[in-house]
Amino acid sequence: MSAPSSSTSPTTAAAATAPGTSGSPRKPRRNRAMTIAPAVFIAVAVVLFLLFFVWPGALAVIYSFTNYRGVGNSLTFIGLENYQKLFTDETFYSSLSRTFLYALLSVPAHYVVSLAIAVLLASSLAKGKTSARIIFFLPWLISPIVAGVIWRWLFGENFGLVNYLLRQLGGEGIHWETDATAALILIVIVGTWGSTAFNMLLFIAAIRNVPRSYLEAAQLDGANSWQRFRRITLPLLAPTSFMVILLTTIGSMKEFAMIQALNGGGPGTQNMFIVQYIYRTGFERANIGYASAASMVLMVILVIIALIQMRFDRKRDLA
Amino acid sequence: MKSVRWMPSTVILWVVALLYVIPVAWFFLSSFKPGSELFSLPLRLFPENWTVSGYETAWNRFDFARYFRNTAIVAVVTTILTVIVSAMTGYAFAKYKAWWLKVFFICILATTMLPTEVIMPSSFVVVRDLGLYNTLAGIIVPSIITATGIFMFRQYFSTVPDELMEAARIDGVGEFRLFWSIMLPLARPIAVVLAIFSFQWRWNDYIWPLIILTDPKQYTLQVALRSIVGADNVDWSVLLSASIISLVPMVILFAVFQRQIVSADINSGLKD
Repeated sequence: MSAPSSSTSPTTAAAATAPGTSGSPRKPRRNRAMTIAPAVFIAVAVVLFLLFFVWPGALAVIYSFTNYRGVGNSLTFIGLENYQKLFTDETFYSSLSRTFLYALLSVPAHYVVSLAIAVLLASSLAKGKTSARIIFFLPWLISPIVAGVIWRWLFGENFGLVNYLLRQLGGEGIHWETDATAALILIVIVGTWGSTAFNMLLFIAAIRNVPRSYLEAAQLDGANSWQRFRRITLPLLAPTSFMVILLTTIGSMKEFAMIQALNGGGPGTQNMFIVQYIYRTGFERANIGYASAASMVLMVILVIIALIQMRFDRKRDLA
Repeated sequence: MKSVRWMPSTVILWVVALLYVIPVAWFFLSSFKPGSELFSLPLRLFPENWTVSGYETAWNRFDFARYFRNTAIVAVVTTILTVIVSAMTGYAFAKYKAWWLKVFFICILATTMLPTEVIMPSSFVVVRDLGLYNTLAGIIVPSIITATGIFMFRQYFSTVPDELMEAARIDGVGEFRLFWSIMLPLARPIAVVLAIFSFQWRWNDYIWPLIILTDPKQYTLQVALRSIVGADNVDWSVLLSASIISLVPMVILFAVFQRQIVSADINSGLKD
């Protein structure tokens, strides 16, 4: 752990001394200034990047081969034992597959809902768009913890408004807390509700950039509004769609706070996602070595997801 | 015929909007019900007896003033540092050329794919070894760099014509003064948008404060709220009002900066 830290110290020194020399223009040394200036500008970011991404990243690799428990400096290397244990750990598998299932359900939901709302808000036909826009921004203000609390209050199995209405209508209350599937669906709903505002912003900006002349030309050729959306707007939104899908996938893989407040990954541990699993093993059980091995697996998965999606993106650009 | 064309999209828009607002409205109205009314059937949308007793209990039982102060310190300080660091880094990416800038740009891009949540056990160890465990600085310092902020500034600065910089250089303006007194003021709109977003991220942050802070005196609002939710028997009348109280600063922020937020062009941005 000392190796990365010592390599950062020269940069730290540069960052500390260099700003003092600012303001004095040295014209003959233009070329040197052109090198020094950007180095100074990025110095702080480089130091922080090394400290909080590279160093923990390297440590995670090292810890994943040890039985480090978070106290003192006594490390015992135990080789691949953590990984071997991990691949036979039922809880790890179930939390990983539950996370995948969640991502699989939530990515299309987030995408379709935020795109549909963006289209409605950008359309010239709908009325009351300004007030509607503010409503859709409401969830953005609300922290994941409070969002979880709000929906827990609405979907409480015994006391919630939703089950109350279902029973009033002659149906039966749904087991939002004790049925794992219902609980997962609820998580998808809350997640979609919470992230609509941000994705919607991206889509609205992109829809605005669709040249009006294309749409008008298509209209003259007799294309109806669905055809115009499907054949012109949607293809032109491809870069934004790609970004929303990538971000939503990564966001879903690390969902944590909202679920903590909504149902704590319940019933039992049936909806425990991977970040919660890492948190539990690493902090509640103080098993940093083992948790780091799980982190490494998640990291590899995220890299693979990002690479696949980028490859997909590039292929489409060529086509 | 033409006059009803707005009908379908308007109806759909407002049905969806209603679905989005109902959870919040139900929660908000419930917070004004007395404890006895919260679970009494039949459930009513509006409280029969409006009361703020839940708010009084929540305010007295929890040290909100302290949590607000802690969260405000974290959010404000991090936001200021984030804006400055993002502006400098984004500027360097946009206006200078060097192979190591490209390398670092890819590094920043990679941070969006690998969020810190993924490596939190070792991130925790790093923060602890830096002596920042259980301090507000332990939340502030690691959250300063965000790829979103850097990309926003990079995109903005790359639209500023190079001629402007050349003219200033010919007039003898140094590189640093060029940035501080010419370029940075130009980028004020971006700085405002990033500041709003950064404040929101940090105000609502949960996992990082949860790991770093153990002393209830250092708790931020979100961690404090979680301690109410996590209790075996949730005290709903307190939880409802405590949650609403925690939203007040964000609502004010939104009311003030509504225009900037709703029309923010964060096309280059990535979520944090």
